[in-house]
Amino acid sequence: MSAGVAPRRSAVSEFFEQEGARAGVITVVSTVAFFGVAIVAVVSSPNWPRVRDQFFSWDDFVDAFPSVIDGFWLNVQLFFWSMLLIPVVALIVAVMRSLRGPAFTPIRLLSVIYTDVFRGIPLILLILLLGFGVPALQIQGLPTSSTVWGLIALTLSYSAYTAEIYRSGIDAVPESQRSSARSLGLTQFQSLRFAILPQAVRNVVPALMNTVVSLQKDVALISVLGVRDATREAQIITSRTFNYTPFLAATVLFLAVSIPLTRYVDWYTSRDRSERSQAGV
Amino acid sequence: MAAAPKLELIDVHKSYGDKRVLNGLSLAVEEHEIVCLIGPSGCGKSTLLRCTDLLDPIESGEIRLDGDNIADSGTDTNAVRRRIGIVFQSFNLFPHMSVMDNVTLGARRAQGRNRREAEDQARELLARFGLADKADAYPNKISGGQNQRAAIVRALMSEPEILLLDEVTSALDPELVGEVLGVIRELASRGLTMVLATHEMGFARDVASTVSFLHEGQVLESGPPNELFGSPQHERTQQFLRRVTEAGRL
Repeated sequence: MSAGVAPRRSAVSEFFEQEGARAGVITVVSTVAFFGVAIVAVVSSPNWPRVRDQFFSWDDFVDAFPSVIDGFWLNVQLFFWSMLLIPVVALIVAVMRSLRGPAFTPIRLLSVIYTDVFRGIPLILLILLLGFGVPALQIQGLPTSSTVWGLIALTLSYSAYTAEIYRSGIDAVPESQRSSARSLGLTQFQSLRFAILPQAVRNVVPALMNTVVSLQKDVALISVLGVRDATREAQIITSRTFNYTPFLAATVLFLAVSIPLTRYVDWYTSRDRSERSQAGV
Repeated sequence: MAAAPKLELIDVHKSYGDKRVLNGLSLAVEEHEIVCLIGPSGCGKSTLLRCTDLLDPIESGEIRLDGDNIADSGTDTNAVRRRIGIVFQSFNLFPHMSVMDNVTLGARRAQGRNRREAEDQARELLARFGLADKADAYPNKISGGQNQRAAIVRALMSEPEILLLDEVTSALDPELVGEVLGVIRELASRGLTMVLATHEMGFARDVASTVSFLHEGQVLESGPPNELFGSPQHERTQQFLRRVTEAGRL
């Protein structure tokens, strides 16, 4: 079954193997030449010194970095907590929607309404609505922290998307699997839990991981609540110095997380695909 | 009064959308009997078996197991499903589980038996059907015939009173059909009550106590294999058997 499946290689080494050494030299020369010309063109343009001072000022970068990284710690925490909450909430919503039988109609309906509403509201609006709105109600027992409500908004919105991803995974499991689980005398819940969901989740891992990449950036939206995350800290400094380098500091931090994450997702997805094609699934 | 048949379907109706699949079907299966259902594709064989295991609800009629109507809304469907085993054409083992976990899932989760005891029983059954060394294998690593034998073991774990087999050899490579038919023969020799939907006419003739010819959602003709294959009464049955013979399947 595994015969004829080439071992996995990185895109770069694959490229060189296909093209041969001469082509490799051409690739290096043309790449260096292209980016060299582009950089020279930008740097030698008359506006470059102003751009450099505004966005790439080393001194401003060093000054801003400590507070921006402090703020970024909040982004990381938000990312962490929402990563714990979203898969759970989303799974509950997806399971509610895939229950069969007339008795479960209200539960299915609830799940449909939830996904329709929370997928339909722009995330930034939801964050404003909950982050400013709910604490203003001053209801006893509800948290008053904007950060907490920002986290709740993120969770509600992302769970709606993630529930749909789970659902597509559940739908992709053949109906015959459900039949054979039920034929063993398993209840509907047991069939989902032991037979359907493990296959469904496996189906959608790459899609879920893409959502994680997107979430990692969207935690920055919480800055609209005035919460001092990396974006907000950068904005505060910028409004004092009129220099935009602090934004670049925040950008660097987000990229430092999201690029490795994206590379990992790509690697995982291609590995998953080759495993599946070998297994004949 | 004679005892009620082990399984009895009375005037069963079932449609999928606009398509009427079972159209007043009646069938009786006595204990230890082996009933083979034959007939063209779409005649309702699979639906009959699915409905009997309560996987699809029927619209009207009765399905009696030991005289009790199990198509009734008050039935504990999960309990009934443990008394009736079903094996499907395409095996339907769970691909994310080893053969052992597939086979013991129902025992562990539906019946609440402990893992050790379930695995002991499973090992015994797997050995009986030549799968002793496949317990830890995953379904995609073993042959179709082995998959189907494992699926039969899975259905036998709850010690069902009736086994339903839905064209269990149709998805197999020809050289693997024999090993699965061998398993069914063995079960037949032990007196297990079985209902088989099958295209293997030679096998049906050999193993069946009754052969029922289904046509447009009804049992058109029933009888011992010699009678049904030897002197079919209905024109439809004759026609069907003629075609099967021409195709070299009888």
